[in-house]
Amino acid sequence: MSRVLDKDRELIASNVSEWLSRHERKEMLRFITCGSVDDGKSTLIGRLLYDCGQVFDDQLEALEADSKARANGDRLDFSLLVDGLSAEREQGITIDVAYRFFASEKRKFIVADTPGHEQYTRNMITGASTADVAVLLIDARKGVLTQTRRHSYLARLVGIRHLLLAVTKMDLVDYDQAAFDSICADYAAFADKIGISNWRAIPLSGVEGDNVTAASERTPWYSGPTLLDYLDTVEIDASSDAAKPFRMPVQWVNRPDQNFRGFAGQLASGRIAPGKEVRVLPSGRTTRVARIVTFDGDLDDAVAGQSVTLTLEDEVDCSRGDVIAAAADPAESADQFEATIVWMAEEELLPGRGYWMKIGTETVTAMVQEPKYEINVNTLDHLAAKTLALNGIGVSEILTDREVVFEPYAVEGSSPNKALGGFILIDKRTNATVAAGMLNFALRRAHNIHRQHLEVERETHAALKGQKPAVLWFTGLSGAGKSTIANLVEKKLAAKGRHTFLLDGDNVRHGLNRDLGFTDADRIENIRRVGEVAKLMADAGLIVLTAFISPFRAERHMVRRMLPEGEFIEVFVDTPLAEAEKRDVKGLYGKARAGELKNFTGIDSPYEVPQKPEIHIDTTRMSADEAADLIVAKLLARR
Amino acid sequence: MTVAMTHLDRLEAESIHILRETVAEADKPVMLYSIGKDSAVMLHLARKAFFPSPLPFPLLHVDTTWKFRAMYELRAKVAADPQVELIVYRNREAESQGINPFDHGPLHTDMWKTEGLKQALDKYGFDAAFGGARRDEEKSRAKERIFSFRTATHRWDPKRQRPELWSLYNVKKNKGESVRVFPLSNWTELDVWQYILREGIEIVPLYFADERPTVERDGLILMVDDDRFPLNGETPKLRKVRFRTLGCYPLSGAVESEAASVEEVVAEMLLTTTSERQGRAIDKDAGSASMEKKKQEGYF
Repeated sequence: MSRVLDKDRELIASNVSEWLSRHERKEMLRFITCGSVDDGKSTLIGRLLYDCGQVFDDQLEALEADSKARANGDRLDFSLLVDGLSAEREQGITIDVAYRFFASEKRKFIVADTPGHEQYTRNMITGASTADVAVLLIDARKGVLTQTRRHSYLARLVGIRHLLLAVTKMDLVDYDQAAFDSICADYAAFADKIGISNWRAIPLSGVEGDNVTAASERTPWYSGPTLLDYLDTVEIDASSDAAKPFRMPVQWVNRPDQNFRGFAGQLASGRIAPGKEVRVLPSGRTTRVARIVTFDGDLDDAVAGQSVTLTLEDEVDCSRGDVIAAAADPAESADQFEATIVWMAEEELLPGRGYWMKIGTETVTAMVQEPKYEINVNTLDHLAAKTLALNGIGVSEILTDREVVFEPYAVEGSSPNKALGGFILIDKRTNATVAAGMLNFALRRAHNIHRQHLEVERETHAALKGQKPAVLWFTGLSGAGKSTIANLVEKKLAAKGRHTFLLDGDNVRHGLNRDLGFTDADRIENIRRVGEVAKLMADAGLIVLTAFISPFRAERHMVRRMLPEGEFIEVFVDTPLAEAEKRDVKGLYGKARAGELKNFTGIDSPYEVPQKPEIHIDTTRMSADEAADLIVAKLLARR
Repeated sequence: MTVAMTHLDRLEAESIHILRETVAEADKPVMLYSIGKDSAVMLHLARKAFFPSPLPFPLLHVDTTWKFRAMYELRAKVAADPQVELIVYRNREAESQGINPFDHGPLHTDMWKTEGLKQALDKYGFDAAFGGARRDEEKSRAKERIFSFRTATHRWDPKRQRPELWSLYNVKKNKGESVRVFPLSNWTELDVWQYILREGIEIVPLYFADERPTVERDGLILMVDDDRFPLNGETPKLRKVRFRTLGCYPLSGAVESEAASVEEVVAEMLLTTTSERQGRAIDKDAGSASMEKKKQEGYF
């Protein structure tokens, strides 16, 4: 056995150029296989690779040896061709997404192989995100299971338009048509309910090879395509992407010298040609495409999927994250959305926390609101939820810190808008990818609540007080000396006739924030409210001092973004934990160490040290009074 | 007029997208250049991705001093291009101890390649390194991400890989951490050859059959490329051979072949029956899990 089928051998031997040119014209289809090992999934893929001549002699030898070692007798265990990492081979399960490659006469295939266990929803969504087709395995003996329904739902969720039920192990039910028909009837009822119209089923055996690449004589009652026929002819998403309006997210500005300024990117949809009018989003400026530049020479035309470099006729502002779109039919921009979110991390969603959101080539800060509901993927019921845990799927509102160019992910009757509708969320502290999401639509709420125009503007407030407003944001461990120093600073400013106000953590928790506790979510809300209050006071022209532990970088950054450039002054009161604990002014460290206080910063809750504070006070090297003088001097020295 | 994209067009466009994402988001990227055919393809794709700009990152060759002479010749030619900056790094410790493949076995690969690579990345502070590995090469590669995250000690933890959705790659990392980026992840060996043919990419002539002085060791045909090869009374025999993969010459097994052009190599490859890495002694150290283990330890 070699990787080439007998029918190809002759042509390759006699005229390899001809064979290559036929091979080069093949299209590419990506599909995902879903189901658990028990459904014979690895066996089916292994069989497909084997029947398509994709297995080498040495691999086959290893396979024979491995099959024997696993007491399979002389029968080949095709699943061994597919299962990868040693840990999981020993456990006998697949635990991640693996990619396989093979080709038929007509197409090249990339298969994403994902496991079926419930805890791995994440893996299936990952594999499905790039797939045109989902192949769902059903054990003929077991029929349509909860797992089948879950996989169907997830496939539909990420916009897969073609579902194939691979009814496996037909050999174990004696190729019984009634068993197959009853599975189809069961599935039809479910598919109707969730709105899947494009599906079909094939009776198969991976072990015996029935209807995999050749029609089986043992299923004379089945006249449909084999698995390979189906994969060879099903529609590919890329063809419908080309029919949509032109969009290209800008990846990189190509500027080798003063004379050339090109915008590099991959066309997400549509087509483009020199002379066509385009709009740069979100700014909205219009111009025309001058050239489509490539290494192989300028192109007359480019289509969805191609990576090119465009030059524009006019000097317009355009950088990474912008989208160049058809001028007459541009994409929308917004900063509030409803989205469906799949949570992928062990740490659960913190509503209100700022996450990095990457969409297209743009990265912004996004806050996810408490979910409107969570979806039970087994029953498809909507459940009330306060957060999302690993593998949880929910619908939430998302707020971004600036306008994002987007398109709704799902499109009725067409391929999904993956490039401008799909996004990932990244934890700002660990940099882990914690969620994937699909934008459903933009919310116009903020646009409907028009801001009241204020006759007396913030500049007027500041001018009346003869000062430049600021927020001096003191951050540091409990007992670091934040309140002490802040109080001294306020006294010194008052003595100089400045208008100030001090927001102290403990005081605010007695009033405005008395409904909040010390969980991560409550700490975030605490800081958000304090930030909003500080901002209003700065608008009123005051110099605001705040003294809060504010342990998370993301929240301090959130407040910084609420204020005009230069008005947020982060003061890091740097006292080592050992020193703060030794002082233990309020006796809190003692309680925390004794386990009486939970989520205490520095003990069992993290403190994220500021990376570039405007002012850094090392309390082991200067007194509180010296620190206060330094802060006042720096504050008043601002231009 | 645009014709529909073939699978090679799609692979090329995807690789270019990956190269550009990395350059746009990483602080200090580098391309690992091994002088092999996959490196040649990757370099070609990089020229396309950033044209007309010069390469926005250097190439790094982690040298062992034991590569084939023909490889050093091609390397010199690539380095002569003013658009390309090439860094050659050698592990000084391995150099001073005279570590070599004849006397030191697996230690040779470990010190020169695995340790050498880590040292080079640390020395220059590269936070993203392109590698030419493909998912079809080997079973543990099939599960690796395109953007493969490494800890500050260069370890790869298959269970802590970031999910990779659509074509959205998370390039963010903390200080000291890095990513290995594999733009050729979705290419197969045949795709690589077909692309070399289509694009006319120059590769080391050792990939094509020619008469070469060889000896047989442990069932491998080895080429006697210079006089450092200890001949135990043997006389090297001229055989018509080519190489399917290139590395250190004393570790690279040749195959007897008549294939002297890309087409002939492809024909021979399709009609013969062993998978690509078989000529490489390195994978066989510890059975089928050996590559996975090497990767966890920081091997590329």
